Amino acid sequence: MGKTLAEKILSLKSQSDVRAGDIVIAPVDLVFVQDTTGPLTIRQFQESGFGVLAESQKTAVFLDHAAPSPSQQLSNDHAFLRQFAKETGSALFEVGSGICHQLVAEHFANPGDIIVGADSHTVTAGALGAFATGMGSSDVAVILALGKTWFRVPESFLIDLRGTFPEGVYAKDLILYLIGQIGADGATYKALEFGGEALSQMTMSQRLTIANMAVETGAKVGLFPSDEITHNFLTAQGRGDGYKPLYTNAKAVYEQVISVNLNELEPMLSYPDAVDRVFAVSKARGIRIHQVFIGTCTNGRLEDLAIASSILEGKKRHLDTRLLIAPASRQVLAQAIEKGYIGALIDSGAVILPPGCAACLGLHQGIPGDGEVCLSTANRNFKGRMGNPNAMIYLASPATAAASALRGEITDPREV
Amino acid sequence: MSLRAKQSNLKGKAIKLGNNISTDDIIPGRFAHLRSNLPELAKHILEDVAPSFCARVEPGDFLVAGRNFGLGSSREHAPLVIKMSGISAVLAKSVARIFFRNAINQGMPVLLCDTDKIADGDELEINLSDGLITNLTSRPLPNKVGSGEGLLSSGARLRSSKTPSFMLAILEEGGLIPYIRKHKDFIIRCSSEPY
Repeated sequence: MGKTLAEKILSLKSQSDVRAGDIVIAPVDLVFVQDTTGPLTIRQFQESGFGVLAESQKTAVFLDHAAPSPSQQLSNDHAFLRQFAKETGSALFEVGSGICHQLVAEHFANPGDIIVGADSHTVTAGALGAFATGMGSSDVAVILALGKTWFRVPESFLIDLRGTFPEGVYAKDLILYLIGQIGADGATYKALEFGGEALSQMTMSQRLTIANMAVETGAKVGLFPSDEITHNFLTAQGRGDGYKPLYTNAKAVYEQVISVNLNELEPMLSYPDAVDRVFAVSKARGIRIHQVFIGTCTNGRLEDLAIASSILEGKKRHLDTRLLIAPASRQVLAQAIEKGYIGALIDSGAVILPPGCAACLGLHQGIPGDGEVCLSTANRNFKGRMGNPNAMIYLASPATAAASALRGEITDPREV
Repeated sequence: MSLRAKQSNLKGKAIKLGNNISTDDIIPGRFAHLRSNLPELAKHILEDVAPSFCARVEPGDFLVAGRNFGLGSSREHAPLVIKMSGISAVLAKSVARIFFRNAINQGMPVLLCDTDKIADGDELEINLSDGLITNLTSRPLPNKVGSGEGLLSSGARLRSSKTPSFMLAILEEGGLIPYIRKHKDFIIRCSSEPY
């Protein structure tokens, strides 16, 4: 009998023949914390009585969620994490380096790796074929000490993708569509495994967007097989040696198969306050927008900024709509400057924020006011997510966000 | 004393919440600057969605939710502030994956059951070892318009999902960190148990 990607990776890593439903102990290749979950994790690690990090894995500390720090308390948390990184030799990514998930993709993730982060969007690295999942502080503290953890091997949903994206439709529209179909808890404890002929034309940036939001269906991982596109991405990052072929065996058993023809998709939108309240942008035209935010681990990459820049170049944002842009990493920012995207975005009236999570989670850099509406390219729109429970958040692609910034209202990008 | 001996029977009242209560609802991200000051952080529990929660909750009470409780962020501060409020167990129709692990890791039981059968304020008794939930509240028979229909009558029992044995072992030690301090490793037999 064949194996799903999840069964394959967990079998190889646990050195046993495992199937969905089994519990395994497996070694972790990369474990990381960020600045809002890290301090509790490190205190729990210190309480665990081990004192030293397991040597078998890489450890990283990212200062990205509140970076640079907006408050005394968070500055003290940053200082605590810097001290920990220094004492233990963990890789430290300072404020301005970028968002942990983007940096994991750029610097660490390889096909077949097991990656655990103290952040729910750790699933992003599934784009590279890594079994990457988020856990809480206690679990991550124990991984720091032991270099391993337990997993329940998930059942898998195969997402079979055919066709090509029509003009104006992007990876974000696909994953929003899927979340609408599956629901916010439809894949709880499961793996989403992406496959089908459409993958051969799907860039790493698009895969990262899709894998990033797998958790919004409740899934544990969002896995892509590895292929030439994976190999080329790793090579461009100077990590071609990390490439391994990873694909599903014939006759793997899936709990569900969901087929999507990309040609039939249109621009999609998540309505407040639930990611799975998904409707077509064409049905929502005309909703007034006070702030547009383009960035995050979902859509803050070079391709995303290229799309936004192509729509906004030579034009001005609507006078009553603020436009915030946060590149996902320093590398993305540098490349976007070189390509002229940042200049075009600044000329259109955008505010460029430092690489990091920025306005996504309500700590700083763009908290909407009472009754205001924000259109964001992020992955969550829960009540209060951006720091104000009296604001509303819609989620969409960078194209829809850029088009909406021009008109000051929700706009189908195919119209501009 | 083991959990089974100490608290195999939990008693308290039900405080009901709806479906899809996210970790941002439980403890909003905008309070991240208080995460190294847990008593201050805990004051903001559920303040956007259930502002009366803090005033109502008494030690031993149960948080009774609908579907997909605890979706969203991996912040373990969510189960932590629930536990600090005095809640002794979470009951829900379904629970998000990371929250489930985090709650167990904080030594707080999570029972999956049909929570539509429980009314806000019901006095419940929960036996963790067999997962049976008993209603201790007498209530009038359902009236003509159906109010009270489908609720557990006094003395009636509701079965919840069985907690896997290795998770019970973590609960018995009061959470994952005390468990690891004691055992120095995971004592888990690889198996096909649920979860």
